[in-house]
Amino acid sequence: MSAPAGITRVSLLKDLRLEWRSKDAINSMLFFSLLVVVVFSFSFDPSAEESRQIAGGLIWVAFLFAAVVALNQTWAREIRNQVLDAYRVSPAPANSLFMAKTLGNFIFVSVLEALMTPLFIVFYRLRALGPAWQLLLAAVLGTWALVVNGTFFAAMSLRTRSREIMLPLLLFPISIPALLAMVQSTTAILNGEGARFWIVLLVTYDLVFTTVCLILFETVLNAE
Amino acid sequence: MTENTPVPVITVTNLIKQFGRFAALRGVTAEFFGGKLYAILGDNGAGKTTLLRAMAGLNQPSSGHISILGSSKFHDVCQQVGYMAHPSLLYDEMSGMENLEYFARLYGITGSTRCAEVIRAVILSVGLDPDLVRPVGQYSQGMRQRMSLARALLNDPKILLLDEPFSNVDTHSATEMVRLLARTRDQGKTLFIVTHQASLLEGAADEFVWMESGKIVGRTRELKRPESHGASAGGEVNGGNLK
Repeated sequence: MSAPAGITRVSLLKDLRLEWRSKDAINSMLFFSLLVVVVFSFSFDPSAEESRQIAGGLIWVAFLFAAVVALNQTWAREIRNQVLDAYRVSPAPANSLFMAKTLGNFIFVSVLEALMTPLFIVFYRLRALGPAWQLLLAAVLGTWALVVNGTFFAAMSLRTRSREIMLPLLLFPISIPALLAMVQSTTAILNGEGARFWIVLLVTYDLVFTTVCLILFETVLNAE
Repeated sequence: MTENTPVPVITVTNLIKQFGRFAALRGVTAEFFGGKLYAILGDNGAGKTTLLRAMAGLNQPSSGHISILGSSKFHDVCQQVGYMAHPSLLYDEMSGMENLEYFARLYGITGSTRCAEVIRAVILSVGLDPDLVRPVGQYSQGMRQRMSLARALLNDPKILLLDEPFSNVDTHSATEMVRLLARTRDQGKTLFIVTHQASLLEGAADEFVWMESGKIVGRTRELKRPESHGASAGGEVNGGNLK
């Protein structure tokens, strides 16, 4: 049998190929985030100082809501034609699929962030007073926190009748510590303050929740 | 047990499957032997698909158990089992070849040359063109069914579980599929086919397994429905295996 890493790789490539052809997730996320940026920039007219105070919250809330769109799409593909059953009857390990889905979502949300961040900078006239590379670190850790739980809870809500509603209901409360760390670290870096505590919190959150999700995913996948 | 005693490939013991308060399977007990083609028949809601899904490890029994090739853990024998459901279990956006490449990797068929050879052979065996680049979503229903069968055959399984393989397939193609399945049986594989088109399997099936209200109510060699036993008598004929 192929190694779990090999199955993760082929499953990830398959998801990237499907997304490249349909562009379901990336288009929905882009338009949603674009709307948030434009609407908020028209609603407020913040000074540079005020922008640095609110940008962290704005950016992450926009990415969180946009990520939910992608997360809902992730498993929808597997439910169409019941393809997930074909995976379940195969000898492939459940966690390989979970990692492939999580990495796929991480790539989609990262692409979104890479495209939207310049717009945020322009619309809110942002300039980081702290080391900008730390923003990248916070973005990677924060994005992983969103997608690892999001992928897990999207799988959990797969068989519920109103899964589009169920996912945010499950995901948002459990993401509060991560969201707080993302917002606080971003705000601290933008204002030139230390963000070490929040970064460490994000690392811890990522490690704990990735481990828990990997332990529980097989049960979730095979639940009826 | 003597050497000549046939060993069942699948043993189902007092299998009960409940969905909430509804019992889809009500104490199914049966033994199925290797190298045979079993047609599982019955009206809608008789429990045919639930039984097949339980054999495929997709429905966990509420009670009772299933042993496949001597193992009660499906995961230990999944490499030996092929499963085809009523939906295609294929990605609509990918071509047949791309779909099968993906599933081949899941079954550990590696090496691009070997993988391509296996896939081409299996696609040709179901009468489709491996070079067809159209995505599966643009296939006709019949082509999709055949590609789905190709996916189930991909890992060269000893046991094939097929749910409605002939639905929406034209008569000629269905007859071709039956021939292919009979050939597969002749190679020593065991097939379970859930179908409403039992007449297609007349002459090909070794045994017709009749289900009613979540129970096996009879097993016949000919396509002749046993007299309805009703709920009370259903349990008595359960396990009346033909060998």
